[in-house]
Amino acid sequence: MEMIKLTIDNKIVEVAKGTTVLKAARKAGIDIPTLCYFELGDMNIENKPGGCRVCVVQIEGRKNLAPACATEVAEGMIVDTHNIRVLNARRTVVELMISDHPYDCLICAKSGNCELQDIAHKFGIREIPYQGEKSTYRKDTSPSIIRDVDKCIMCRRCEMMCNEFQTVGALSAVNRGFNSVVAPAFEMNLEKSPCTYCGQCVSVCPTGALTEVDHTRNIITALADKTKTVIVQTAPAVRAALGEEFGMEAGTIVTGKMAAALRRLGFKYVFDTDFAADLTIMEEGTELLNRLGRSLNGDTSVKLPILTSCCPGWVNFFEHNFPEMLDIPSTAKSPQQMFGAIAKTYFADKIGVKRNDMIVVSIMPCIAKKYECQRDEFKVDGNPDVDYSLSTRELAQFIKQANIDFINLPEEDFDHPLGESTGASVIFGNTGGVIEAACRTAYEIHTGKKLDKVEFNELRGMEGIREATIDFDGLPINIGIAHGLGNARKLLDDVKAGKSKFHAIEIMACPGGCIGGGGQPYHHGDSSILKKRAAAIYREDVGKPIRKSHENPDIIKLYDEFLGKPCGEKSHHLLHTHYFDKSTEVFIEEQ
Amino acid sequence: MVNIKLSDDKIIRIKDICKSFNNEGGELINVLHKTQSTFGYLPAEVQEIIARELNVSLAHVYGVVTFYSFFTMIPKGEFPISICMGTACYVRGGEKVLDEFKRELKITVGQTSDDGRFSLSCLRCVGACGLAPVVMVGEKVYGRVAPDMVKDIINEYK
Repeated sequence: MEMIKLTIDNKIVEVAKGTTVLKAARKAGIDIPTLCYFELGDMNIENKPGGCRVCVVQIEGRKNLAPACATEVAEGMIVDTHNIRVLNARRTVVELMISDHPYDCLICAKSGNCELQDIAHKFGIREIPYQGEKSTYRKDTSPSIIRDVDKCIMCRRCEMMCNEFQTVGALSAVNRGFNSVVAPAFEMNLEKSPCTYCGQCVSVCPTGALTEVDHTRNIITALADKTKTVIVQTAPAVRAALGEEFGMEAGTIVTGKMAAALRRLGFKYVFDTDFAADLTIMEEGTELLNRLGRSLNGDTSVKLPILTSCCPGWVNFFEHNFPEMLDIPSTAKSPQQMFGAIAKTYFADKIGVKRNDMIVVSIMPCIAKKYECQRDEFKVDGNPDVDYSLSTRELAQFIKQANIDFINLPEEDFDHPLGESTGASVIFGNTGGVIEAACRTAYEIHTGKKLDKVEFNELRGMEGIREATIDFDGLPINIGIAHGLGNARKLLDDVKAGKSKFHAIEIMACPGGCIGGGGQPYHHGDSSILKKRAAAIYREDVGKPIRKSHENPDIIKLYDEFLGKPCGEKSHHLLHTHYFDKSTEVFIEEQ
Repeated sequence: MVNIKLSDDKIIRIKDICKSFNNEGGELINVLHKTQSTFGYLPAEVQEIIARELNVSLAHVYGVVTFYSFFTMIPKGEFPISICMGTACYVRGGEKVLDEFKRELKITVGQTSDDGRFSLSCLRCVGACGLAPVVMVGEKVYGRVAPDMVKDIINEYK
């Protein structure tokens, strides 16, 4: 590799040819502020339109200042990152940006996490010398995401995530100059676009232009209503990230404190989505073995590979993009919805509460879950199985609002019976985790043998697309894994073309799986945070006394008392779903 | 993605244009140029077919169409009127002529009259500065146009 030597702020730096000045400076420990630039290392996610000009530096011999994020290093280059000219230019850029930005910081959902606010603060900007017109645009609210384009600074990170990483193509910069905005085609509302609500645009937006729909107030109202029994479920990935919102080190597991906090918030029963994840494995694993068995016996009507269906962003994606393959995904509902279906039948009966008097809240690392719980097929006579879904971020906000000293809370357990879970269900939070959990159960059911080692390390990792062959006692099972919808599309295109060799494919919409979900604490491009969360999830698995879903005693009891058998008639009715062709749902309205 | 309301032969013509550029996403601007010169404008359905054929997102196609002022989603009138706003025409009263057209036709630049007969646009220099201010109706050039001549010009096409 050809190396280049240059001088940055009087420091001699040696980097590979092709490196940008920004990365060279960071390598040398010199901080250059950025705004539009975004990188999530290891995932090949990078946004460098060189548009905002906040990262400008002076390069000796050049007349104009150069954007560090988009300028390659050259031999002997002398870079000055913080002289007066540079600082003045950066200040002017930010002042101009703010001159066309609402002064909403007091009530903005992004306040405290806003990169524009951080930079304004860092630069000590106290007044804006530019008066004039501000661009205004209508607010667009979808079931999961709110677009408030007035707060957009045209960094186009969302566009990059939506188009390049996710290949969803819902967002693009449209119009020109002062009128330019990031919007769906024909400036339709997000709800009418191919948006999957994965929320990755929200997780990279530097300002409050893209935020999630917040149901906290509805939950407070429900909690105050004495006639309602309000219960809560928490997804696997939440416990590995919630602590970050309280200043704890990334990768700190806060399961016990989270349960304690939820109890103090007033939830009557604090349950675990992990219980429903174990249930998902029972249903999906059985379905996999059924399909596999029939296929091996020569039944050509069986479709393989089976695709996981836990991730609502992914479900939306295939409904929009692969309508001809709606019979391939598992029909198993997601854990969130399985939980709701069981809570409002089995559990409601157990405690003698009417369905309409029970409110089920979910805490999710995800914002597509907000849309999922509103889908019509998950309602009974208009009453949803899951009433409200909060993101990890919103739960943290709720806990702070209630003045709960989270850090000093005692560790408490979940309630029974819907709080019992295994290590297999915890790893649902990581890419590869669902299929690993399914393998633990499917292997033992298929072979009748005990697994010596429950970890399938070959299914783990952060590569966007992974594959492995698992030996089911002489029967090789080919498994594909993708996280990120662009990676998923590649695997699906192969399936569509009849070139796929896989028996089962796990897909998660977000980078790293749910740990990198659109509703998680903002990582601001620091991929080490995702890795720490992933490691924490695997630690939690190791610490569990039971690590296989089919050994969960309360799951066994649920089948004995209520469901009968996996994929049986009652399961089919309560725990399975069907999919819709949404490819023609995007309408162009008459102008 | 959308329900398309175009006739089959139009769809085939758009697909042929895309094919002539090897259905390459990078040729989007050229495809849009060719399509607009064939149909006169780029309605939503047309953009949808182009997006699908070139395998680019519809939002991206719309983004490009709305970025370049040359592209239009509004059909041009039967008699497109262009007023030169080049330096020479401008200083000799081009803007006043434009205002008169706007007033007479009750439309602004970029719009088409309700009866579909006239549309209004501005252009930059047709190379006839000696005749400034210049107006074009279709291919016909009118020189030394004064605001009081506007009504007569429009009447020629009524």
